[in-house]
Amino acid sequence: MEQVLLLLTTGENGSIGKAEREAVTATRNLVCALGGSVWTVGLIGGTISPAAEQLAGCGAAGFVGVEGKEFAVSRYASDAAAAEALCRAIGAGLVLAPGSSRLMRALGGVAQRLGARIDTHVVGLRVQDGAIQADRWYYRQRIEATLTRAHRPWILALDPGSFPPWDGAPGTASVKRVPLELGPEAQRTDVVGLQAVDTGEQTIRPEAELLFVAGAGWTKKQPDGKTHVEEAAHLILEFVRKTKASLGSSKSLVDLAGEGQAVLPFLTHLHQVGQTGATPRHPKGLATCCHGEEPHVVGWRFIGERRAINLDANCGWARGKADVLYVADAFEVLRAALRLLEGNEHR
Amino acid sequence: MNLSFHIVVCAGIVPDPLQTLEPVIGDSGPALKNEMLLPAVLDPWAAHALYEAAHLARGHAGSKVWLVSLSPRAKLQQVMMTVAQKAPFELVALDGPAGGFTDSAEVAGALAAAIEAIPGLDRSRLLLFGGWESAARGAGTTLAMVGERLGIFDQFQGVDELRVEPDGSLRILERVEGGRHQISRCAGPPAVLGWATGSLAEPPNQPQLGMQNMRTILPALQRAQSVALPAAELRFVRVALPSQQRQTRIVRDVAAEEVAREIVDWIRG
Repeated sequence: MEQVLLLLTTGENGSIGKAEREAVTATRNLVCALGGSVWTVGLIGGTISPAAEQLAGCGAAGFVGVEGKEFAVSRYASDAAAAEALCRAIGAGLVLAPGSSRLMRALGGVAQRLGARIDTHVVGLRVQDGAIQADRWYYRQRIEATLTRAHRPWILALDPGSFPPWDGAPGTASVKRVPLELGPEAQRTDVVGLQAVDTGEQTIRPEAELLFVAGAGWTKKQPDGKTHVEEAAHLILEFVRKTKASLGSSKSLVDLAGEGQAVLPFLTHLHQVGQTGATPRHPKGLATCCHGEEPHVVGWRFIGERRAINLDANCGWARGKADVLYVADAFEVLRAALRLLEGNEHR
Repeated sequence: MNLSFHIVVCAGIVPDPLQTLEPVIGDSGPALKNEMLLPAVLDPWAAHALYEAAHLARGHAGSKVWLVSLSPRAKLQQVMMTVAQKAPFELVALDGPAGGFTDSAEVAGALAAAIEAIPGLDRSRLLLFGGWESAARGAGTTLAMVGERLGIFDQFQGVDELRVEPDGSLRILERVEGGRHQISRCAGPPAVLGWATGSLAEPPNQPQLGMQNMRTILPALQRAQSVALPAAELRFVRVALPSQQRQTRIVRDVAAEEVAREIVDWIRG
């Protein structure tokens, strides 16, 4: 029988988000498949009761938590101490957690403290012949593997977007508080706040239906022998605004900015998709003016339907990487698309 | 106030991103086909960490950079021929597997032991750098474990910016969800920083610097101790290439208006 702990952090108002609810589903299903195991929800945050009430009907045997204003912020020292305390309080052999930036920062250190082993970016879980098997990717989404471990404790961080979010009814739940006092060594870091990328507007939208990726071709010379970077910037931003898409870019385009060239001013490394960038999850993706080279396309692993616009019919997208490749001028296509989208707005 | 740092950069090597990778199952578990023949590069995010470390050291007199790498010695030597031209550093080499199918706990143990053995390393001024995830295992856990083993409890991951304030505190920007950065202020070293892309472009090759670095790199490679990573309790049930191969429909010689209409209809679902 496994002693299972699901670790969650709460947000500003004490509630939990989608990634956390996905982890609830994964844990429920895993415990069900294990048979005879019990699971506990461990909460960390400034306020934790709202989250416990939100999850009252999730099927957990109980709730434990570390609460206090010093645990409201996303900080390694306090999060690692709280997670360690909860794992020890439960005597957990198996610890599951959403792969949020907050817990991903802390869990490696927690594993070290507990003498645990850890696997992150888990995208699937199952029980086979009584053993837990975890699916994850290696080499930046280029090789997929299923692994199992005999070692306990075993920490599994789940990739957001890999499991359906739990959506049960809220209720009443009591939480057993685990007392924890932080020493001065755990408070050397102050979290000052959050800032959006300095690009004038928020263009990275993880929940968007569509990922729109701009490649370096937008900054190259066009048929008239000149570059049209300003128009490219206008077309891309307008298209992203009107379709409410999330904006991504290829590495080459972002690198041009680092080299001081006149390029699309709103793109940063945070927009970068691929081998050294993000691997976002969206139902649809539209690539424009990029060649579909392997290091870029590994970032498209979790994009559902893929389409691309490129002038080169032999580009990487044509070789089984996209569902549809439009051999066309992206400037012309986006101008026409914007006319259609604007016409629809005025209707 | 002494604003100088001892910066240790942990960096493995990975196959060049343009190479086709194919997994094979050997006696000791999964590996890459012809792994030793594939051209290798310094792990991309760790390389950014190295550039940031060199930049930081350049701005703070008395600082020093070490590069600690657990990699097959022969491959590491090849990679160093290029990396040595990018930034000044002293190499600490460990001879062992650099592949993704190893366990981060074992790798962290080997790296921490190597760092603890660096002569003259001032742990009170230590900044432990590395990539926030490797391009091999990509777990994002090794650096945190090394930090814990070294007793460092201020850790940051997905770092894009580090600024040293006049009072010696560190202002750090980390990537968080939704394309935002979390801003933190840390009292000072020691600290762990797992770098994302940072803000520096790859430095140009400097042959003079390369020759200077190689004087210490070659002896370091000769001294490299062998490290075994058995990962005895980790068992891979399946390792495979993804089978997603799409039947691409290529649309050509169609007016832009028609393409636009098809795309807009597709987006609207």
